[in-house]
Amino acid sequence: MEEEVSVTHGRYKGAYEKLKQIAVVSGKGGTGKTTITASFAVLVRDIVIADCDVDAPDLHMLLHPQIMKTQEFKGPRLAAIDRTKCTECGLCKDSCRFDAINDNLRIDPFSCEGCGVCVIVCPEKAISLQERISGYAFVSKTKYGIMSHARLNPGEANSGKLVTLVRHNARQIAGEENRDLILIDGPPGIGCPVIASVTGVDAGLIVTEPTMSGIHDLDRALQLLNHFNILPLVCINTHDINRKNTEKIVKFCEKNKVEVAGKIPFDPIATEAMVAGKTIVEHSPENMVSREIEATWKRVLSALNRE
Amino acid sequence: MILSIASGKGGTGKTSVVVNMALSLRNIQLLDCDVEEPNAHILLHPKTNETKTVYISTPLVNEEKCDHCGKCAEFCQYNALFVTSEEVLFFPELCHSCGGCAIVCPKDAIREKNVEIGVINLGMADGVELVYGELNVGEPMAVPVIKEVKKQIKNEKTVIIDSPPGTSCPVIESVCGSDYCILVSEPTPFGLHDLKIMVQVLEELNIPFGVIINRAGIGDRKIYDFCEEKGISILLEIPFQRKIAELYSRGIPFIAEMPEWKRKFQLLMDDIKGRMKS
Repeated sequence: MEEEVSVTHGRYKGAYEKLKQIAVVSGKGGTGKTTITASFAVLVRDIVIADCDVDAPDLHMLLHPQIMKTQEFKGPRLAAIDRTKCTECGLCKDSCRFDAINDNLRIDPFSCEGCGVCVIVCPEKAISLQERISGYAFVSKTKYGIMSHARLNPGEANSGKLVTLVRHNARQIAGEENRDLILIDGPPGIGCPVIASVTGVDAGLIVTEPTMSGIHDLDRALQLLNHFNILPLVCINTHDINRKNTEKIVKFCEKNKVEVAGKIPFDPIATEAMVAGKTIVEHSPENMVSREIEATWKRVLSALNRE
Repeated sequence: MILSIASGKGGTGKTSVVVNMALSLRNIQLLDCDVEEPNAHILLHPKTNETKTVYISTPLVNEEKCDHCGKCAEFCQYNALFVTSEEVLFFPELCHSCGGCAIVCPKDAIREKNVEIGVINLGMADGVELVYGELNVGEPMAVPVIKEVKKQIKNEKTVIIDSPPGTSCPVIESVCGSDYCILVSEPTPFGLHDLKIMVQVLEELNIPFGVIINRAGIGDRKIYDFCEEKGISILLEIPFQRKIAELYSRGIPFIAEMPEWKRKFQLLMDDIKGRMKS
């Protein structure tokens, strides 16, 4: 059954009736999402790639995108007090639920969520919301397909909204370029940027590791995908680091009727490839890690086609 | 003193550093602010004494009083309210609980109700006081849970905060107010790239910091060059050792079987205290 799906260049095209989206997520950080996503992108080619880890994007270091289009991202607006009108009554400070206005009635830009409550409570109309640029979204060309990505300015809020923009751009490109697959590299965690990365996708591949923390976080990531009714798949990275725990994960997946789409061994060569700025499948195509990544991708595609 | 541990990139060993450090020192209160995926309790096996529910307030519209004027929706910066001629639609996942809609409503038709979004757990493990938050699955906003965790800070303790990965709002909320921040990174291109972003964040927040290089020996030397160039202190290196990785995978803090590290963490703490005085 697996053999029916070819992963070679271009041949998967037309496999689907409509656009499919796959998100690679993890719960726990550092389990290998980006290494695996980048390898998938190289194996499949001609798809749209979306890096939705906008706080700490790393995919570009393996796929080397050439930016074609840059777009400003306006995040939440920021309150600003006009000192010439302010009578220092302190109502704004008392009304702010985010503790963003200090005793000297200065706005803390890191805490301000731009809700506008201070604007409406100020009797002197001394406060306004100012637009600011919180980051940038990019559409780029890579050797493997078009990439939609972004960079949130350090410390900015609202990464979920920027993720939504990255995904919007990805869908638009897919439409224009007639691509039928979007591959998403998601952020760690289960909160707002992750939810924004997975809503509406056709499948979520959870990359985990055989550690107690990995198991705990897998459970929560799986609950998240189930919560949003998304087909879950699991990939156990560095499975041979602790075979007992790998066995536990496999049993956990059986119990929850989730397919283990791949088991990838530990090999320092994965780090060497990263240092060389290459995906592992290009750096060492014959290595077991590369082969297992390819096998994982085939199973992901089979699962997607069964849906 | 409040010490926070952050990283930018996930999986660099924050929790491992936090837990081993806490177990090596005295009078520690450990706050796990990674409320999306808390892990410190998995290594510490605390006895939980108390669990508190975390609520956020969201609007509740009294349709009898409401005349569908739409002022609440017009005000809401997050598009969490949508008013038709017949009803008010509310999208809780977009609400930031600012309370503004209740203030602007001319008919006094909006009051707020509490909605549970997570819990915080207070417990003890091997002399370490542990507070950890857990965001309910499906809830988008981690920050209110992090705030509740941080409300438990005891000033008489040495407080160690485990922050979530990333560089955006949950991280800021976790590290804000700390006297010093340790950035745990690894000597790989991803580790360095995300470390650089965190360095910018801490510089803007004006929090002094140093770096722990975990899995030293893998990857390349570029992180060392970067730290030297920027004048950033490398506080400690933890070598890449199969034994450490294996103990972590079993959920065992490595100082339990490698007690020589206790002293290293004690010296690290002395070093940080010394830096803060100077």
